[in-house]
Amino acid sequence: MIDLHGFGHQLLQGALVTVELALASLVVGLVLGLLGAAAKLSSIKPLQWIANIYTTLIRGIPELLTVLIIYFGATSVLMAIASVFGYDKYIEIGPFAAGVTALGLTFGAYATEVFRGALQSIPKGQDEAAVALGMGPARKFYRIILPQVWRIALPGLGNLFLVLLKDTALVSIVGLEDIMRKANIAVSSTKQAFLFYLVAAFMYLALTVVSMVVVSYLEKRARRGLTRG
Amino acid sequence: MDFSVIVEYFPRLLEGAWVSLQLVILSIVLGGALALPVALARISPVLWIRAVPFAYIFFFRGTPLLVQIFLVYYGASQFDAVRDSFLWPILREPFWCAIIAFTLNTSAYTAEIFRGAIQAIPQGEVEACKVVGMSKAQMYRRVLLPRAFGIVLPAYGNEIILMLKGSALASTITILDLTGMARTIIARTYTPMEIFLAAGVIYLAISIVIIAIFRQIEKRQNRYLGTVSIKVPNKG
Repeated sequence: MIDLHGFGHQLLQGALVTVELALASLVVGLVLGLLGAAAKLSSIKPLQWIANIYTTLIRGIPELLTVLIIYFGATSVLMAIASVFGYDKYIEIGPFAAGVTALGLTFGAYATEVFRGALQSIPKGQDEAAVALGMGPARKFYRIILPQVWRIALPGLGNLFLVLLKDTALVSIVGLEDIMRKANIAVSSTKQAFLFYLVAAFMYLALTVVSMVVVSYLEKRARRGLTRG
Repeated sequence: MDFSVIVEYFPRLLEGAWVSLQLVILSIVLGGALALPVALARISPVLWIRAVPFAYIFFFRGTPLLVQIFLVYYGASQFDAVRDSFLWPILREPFWCAIIAFTLNTSAYTAEIFRGAIQAIPQGEVEACKVVGMSKAQMYRRVLLPRAFGIVLPAYGNEIILMLKGSALASTITILDLTGMARTIIARTYTPMEIFLAAGVIYLAISIVIIAIFRQIEKRQNRYLGTVSIKVPNKG
């Protein structure tokens, strides 16, 4: 076996943080993506503008810069807002919260386009049928639209999740104790950079493979209503 | 918000942007050159020729770019053999380490794009080439590769944008690219919001220029499609 100089346990802890960060950002991103798609498809112009500015900005700026802006910038913005309300103490948001915000925003911007495409590909008749059956907007969305959007959007969302998983490494730059950061710590004490970064790479690879398996299972499940003749 | 900081340090940010551009252009050119043989090997009918690029692509697409940069920059110096070799003057320089990591990374993605494009060409065109009596090399040079080039363009444009965004990671190995320069300025002025936003706007501007260039090339490359590419809105 490879000698990890006792850092194996640390790396596994880091992997747990990486997975937590990825899943938390996924939830935030999915919600933002659905909201973004709804805004882009709505007939209210200002909502369309906001959604367009959001996706253009986030998709044109490097993810690392987004993480840095949220981590360093959000602090000063929060403090500025707080000082308006007469609160002058130092406010700091942790790397995990900053990471979830930054990666959630990024995922949401790309997911907006995926959801928009999926929403547009659902025939109008489905919508009308639901209304004809007397469903309210909420029930129509939950029972008729969402399951179909989910099926169509899944492959795209799966790819985005793989990107998200790799982007979590960026949050180590602002000090989150994920796989990457643990590897950095191990390197600084053992001087075996190649070994530990390679181990880190294979851990990410393993997470990628697991995600791919889960996504393909979900895709199969989402398609179960479609019979192939 | 203090905009005078942005005005004062804008020239420095542009200097950084130029380094970012150099990184992107060099990696894209080298990565594209490397991607072609990888893509061709990836579609080889021989199993062991296919397996090597498969593993290569799988590794570079499945791991974070940050890990890859650290592997090249910090990892290579772990071995005395590397330190003593003729490669050391190159591997000692952060700039070239970034170029190596970016090139390997983008070539893996680009190879998949190339493969998809080559496989998207209708089988009939391959058969037509054979009927006319072209050799395999002629078929690739005259028909498959130019056709693939047209198909590849939109995805390739995206890949360049992704590379531009990935190039921000060069700042983690002390390179003063746009992000690195921004961080250096912020360390002096303590104005993270202003400088980071200015850097973001510059990145955005570069992306928009790249997108515009690719639209032009696409129009030119696919001009044989004639009026087909012009979208007619079907109202009524």
